[in-house]
Amino acid sequence: MDFKITLKNVRKNFSRLLVFDSVNFELTIGSSLAIAGKNGSGKSTLVKIIAGLLSPSAGEVIYQIDGKKIDKLDWFKYIGFVAPYLQLYDEFTGYENLEILARIRGLKNYKNKIEEVLKRVNLYARRDDLVRGYSSGMKQRLKYACALLHEPIVLILDEPTSNLDAEGVEMVWKIAQEQKKKGILIVATNEAEELQMCEEVINLDELKLKSREQIVK
Amino acid sequence: MLSSIWAIFLKDLKSELRTRYALNALFMFVVVTISMILFSTAGEVVSGTLLSGLLWVVIFFSAMSGLSRTFVSEEDRGTVIFLQLATRPSVVYFGKLLFNFALIFGLNLFIVIAYLLTMENFKVKSFDVFLVGLILGGIGLASASTIIAAIIAKANTKGTLYPVLSFPVLLPLLMTTINMTQLSIEGATFSETIGHLRILISYSAVVIIASYLLFDYIWKE
Ligand SMILES: Nc1ncnc2c1ncn2[C@@H]1O[C@H](COP(=O)(O)OP(=O)(O)O)[C@@H](O)[C@H]1O
Ligand SMILES: [Mg+2]
Repeated sequence: MDFKITLKNVRKNFSRLLVFDSVNFELTIGSSLAIAGKNGSGKSTLVKIIAGLLSPSAGEVIYQIDGKKIDKLDWFKYIGFVAPYLQLYDEFTGYENLEILARIRGLKNYKNKIEEVLKRVNLYARRDDLVRGYSSGMKQRLKYACALLHEPIVLILDEPTSNLDAEGVEMVWKIAQEQKKKGILIVATNEAEELQMCEEVINLDELKLKSREQIVK
Repeated sequence: MLSSIWAIFLKDLKSELRTRYALNALFMFVVVTISMILFSTAGEVVSGTLLSGLLWVVIFFSAMSGLSRTFVSEEDRGTVIFLQLATRPSVVYFGKLLFNFALIFGLNLFIVIAYLLTMENFKVKSFDVFLVGLILGGIGLASASTIIAAIIAKANTKGTLYPVLSFPVLLPLLMTTINMTQLSIEGATFSETIGHLRILISYSAVVIIASYLLFDYIWKE
């Protein structure tokens, strides 16, 4: 299978605030992209646009399988997403959150998959506790479980290691390595070390400088 | 698709039963409004027609305070992205619509029972007309409230805007259902209310179809 994400001249502005202009890249299976930049440079905005949670002000994002465009409404089937602003249902347990997600997604034989991801993020022992009682690191782990449940082709991580302990950070690196083998990995981060997770880097601060130079010319 | 809609409905139902986010407030609201009507009309003979109108006042305001919860709570808690990443917008819409149907049926049942028990002059002569009016009115109310709640959830002034925006949209529905309830008290036959039924059914159909078409745009920024 041939899977491709293309961004063509993507621009985003919130009314008069221009976040970025003309972002261009192409990702296929096996490729990985780190998005770097200062706080407020638009990393989260860009990953939201890639995931289809936000619409670009100009330009387009294209998902393709074997050269055929995928309807934007179906992108969710291919995406796993972890971010600080993604919240889980804290009135449910970790297991229930995953079960709800599996049912909404219409996954088959989800019981085994849930147990598998829970073990992978090391939450199995606490699966029947309410998420309300989870620490922020445990919540972050549960987000990984949610993101990996359907074995997505595209894994998008915004601030991947926030709130995680050393062992959790190691888990993230492992997940990132495995994802690169079979799919696409996109990481938005302001930690220099985490940029190493990916083969390619796009720096939004530099991008801004470049486009400004062009305007001056 | 259908099983996903059902999954959203079950999630909301389970969440509501566990948190009593809307239920407790609704219960108190109904008890308080009905007691107020009782106190303020004590010792007076209130006509059935007037009581029909008051019944829908109770239903309208309690529906307004309860039906917006499904969307507003997702938006407030930041769980919207969870759903956006899990399924198509239309699935979320129909799941929420289903939940609001369930909520309004439960609510109306409770209100009507409380009303019939406390209001002596509220005597329904044509029960079929009354029941159909109540059910179709509830469906219409839930349909319009669901899409308005989806819009309001994105706005900053969630609470206050809701009844304001809902009222003009719901006016034709309310006038028809109030009239139908009055007719049921006067003992009208079912066939006399066919015109009302047509209005109620087409109202809900139009609102649901329009919402379905609109929802993709409302749901994602
Ligand atoms: N919904 C929004 N409305 C207006 N401005 C926004 C909105 N979301 C983000 N911004 C602005 O866009 C810029 C980029 O934000 P963000 O993508 O969150 O940055 P980062 O993730 O790189 O720290 C910031 O200046 C922020 O204030
Ligand atoms: Mg960010």
